[in-house]
Amino acid sequence: MPLLEVKNLKTYFDTSSGEYKAVDGAGFELDYGEALGLVGESGCGKTTCALSIAKLLPKEGRVAGGEILMEGIDILKLSDDEIRAKRWKEVSIIFQGAMNALNPVMMVGDQIAEAIVLHEKVRREEALRRAGDLFELVEMPRKRIVNYPHEFSGGMKQRAMIAMALACNPKIVIGDEPTTALDVMVQAQILNLLEKLRHELNMGLILITHDLSILGETCDKIAVMYGGKVVETGTVKDIFEHTAHPYTERLISCFPNISKGKVIPEGIKGTPPNMFDPPAGCSFHPRCHMAKEVCRYMEPDAEKISEKHLSACHFFREVMNGE
Amino acid sequence: MGNRIIAEVKDLKVHFEIKKSLSKDLFGSSKRNLKAVDGVSFQIKEGEILSLVGESGCGKTTTGKAVLGLVKPTEGKVFFSGEEIKSLDKGSMKQFRQKAQMIFQDPYQSINPREIIMDIVAEPLEVNRLVKSEEERTERVREALEQAGLVPAEDFFFRYPHELSGGQRQRVVIASAIIMKPDFIVADEPVSMLDASIRTEILNLMMDLRKHNRLAYLFITHDLSLAWLVSDRIAIMYLGRIMEIGGADEIIQRGLHPYTKALTSIMPVPGVRRKAGRKVLPGETPNPMDEIRGCKFSGRCPMAEPLCREQDPELAEISLGHCVACHFVQK
Repeated sequence: MPLLEVKNLKTYFDTSSGEYKAVDGAGFELDYGEALGLVGESGCGKTTCALSIAKLLPKEGRVAGGEILMEGIDILKLSDDEIRAKRWKEVSIIFQGAMNALNPVMMVGDQIAEAIVLHEKVRREEALRRAGDLFELVEMPRKRIVNYPHEFSGGMKQRAMIAMALACNPKIVIGDEPTTALDVMVQAQILNLLEKLRHELNMGLILITHDLSILGETCDKIAVMYGGKVVETGTVKDIFEHTAHPYTERLISCFPNISKGKVIPEGIKGTPPNMFDPPAGCSFHPRCHMAKEVCRYMEPDAEKISEKHLSACHFFREVMNGE
Repeated sequence: MGNRIIAEVKDLKVHFEIKKSLSKDLFGSSKRNLKAVDGVSFQIKEGEILSLVGESGCGKTTTGKAVLGLVKPTEGKVFFSGEEIKSLDKGSMKQFRQKAQMIFQDPYQSINPREIIMDIVAEPLEVNRLVKSEEERTERVREALEQAGLVPAEDFFFRYPHELSGGQRQRVVIASAIIMKPDFIVADEPVSMLDASIRTEILNLMMDLRKHNRLAYLFITHDLSLAWLVSDRIAIMYLGRIMEIGGADEIIQRGLHPYTKALTSIMPVPGVRRKAGRKVLPGETPNPMDEIRGCKFSGRCPMAEPLCREQDPELAEISLGHCVACHFVQK
């Protein structure tokens, strides 16, 4: 049984201008100790997916369909109290703006201890000791738990956020653009740290990013999202070397590659779909250079190419043959 | 690329004085200087693209601003088309302001949300009193928008920024820079707020403009692979200094400075993992307010020896056009 299984997830937002289909039929799997990269342009539904899994959707949002199975249990069917008991212990999220997520007038160690005390029946002293252990786990000196956030650099704050996410030994950690606001060298440090931790703690890691190029080094699997759907999923090798969806292909080409020629790629013309009223058929067809008549009215199913490799494109064979 | 040097800085230093708090004033702690830029020299030729690459706080933006005369150098000289900008008279200064433009990072913040696109793009013309009639104004705006790839231009005239996507907004920013027909643009992280798919469109636009208008760019970025993709030459900055400067391919493939090597080793490549050879430096960039003896990079350098902590290496030419500031490379 996989650790996490998301099946045909639909998450909609009720707004004054109608129903916004942020996630509209996304699915993927995650195993213990495995790292999955969730990648796509802004507005493709990556973060909404994460918030649905952690049950942290704002009140306008609701899961309109699908299943989220965590060790076989559908968490969508659980009550709020049952969820509260599970959150942090089962799933925790590291958000993008680490700098803004910490309370500026509280010692960092206390903030971590607070999370522990809230979820487990331990005394504050014990929780603080664990906060110190967590600091060491994320490669920071134990004595820094008494510091305030302003005494930390951006990279250290992000490490503290990771420590906090690990406070209750979660089985799944979701990093929502955890390195986007950081410098390149610090980004590399944090990614190394996350990779080390997931191996040591055997936890599932979901890394959400718009930067496809960092996934090859940190993840085992990649799910490419477009218009609220997972359009292609597979191992890192599948995605990069046996690409089977035109969107994935174009997205990869958008990143500079020093082993390829020094040519600025064309990019992807057009804009992502309006999810108030997504296009009929395949949602990528208005921007797809391979689109044919069938793409305009028929939504492609996810086709199995190999054990872990799926693509939702009518013409995935042509894409794979480089046509 | 021409041979005419369009912009040049010589031993540029920009130091900011840090205001003391009252308590520090009372207890008499000494005045502190933040050496944002501390001895930088380079030239940019007509139609050339030079990238300044470095982490936050390395002084790349401050250098860019100093080149445009937007911050005053503490020491050193800035030249534009052979003339020192400090000594320009009022008329030449006005000319300079038109010929050298800047593009900022965030198109959500750098344009006025309460003006229509027409007024945003026409503003530089009006400030400089360059148009005489309404027709001329409209014509110039149309031309700039079309060059920036916003076609048909009429569709954009009366729209507000919030009606545009991020990529379109950045095109508006570019249109209002090129409406002055500049020779030189400082582009400060012009695409780092944009999605990868839109990023390449904006880069292609910038390259087209250089081809057609012989524009030179100072391209400021933290992304080394992006710098490699667009520029002729790359300068690697660290704590207010240039550590290495040379041809873009040279720097990426045969970079010599330990800092350059570390940066190139962690450059993300879209593809299957490539773990070996990654040199992730421990620690973070030191506070630029702290005095560092010797080489500025010595605190994080894997090769540092006692000499590095005492003597600051000069930026010396290793081969034609390729300069490195490191004791060990020069040996």
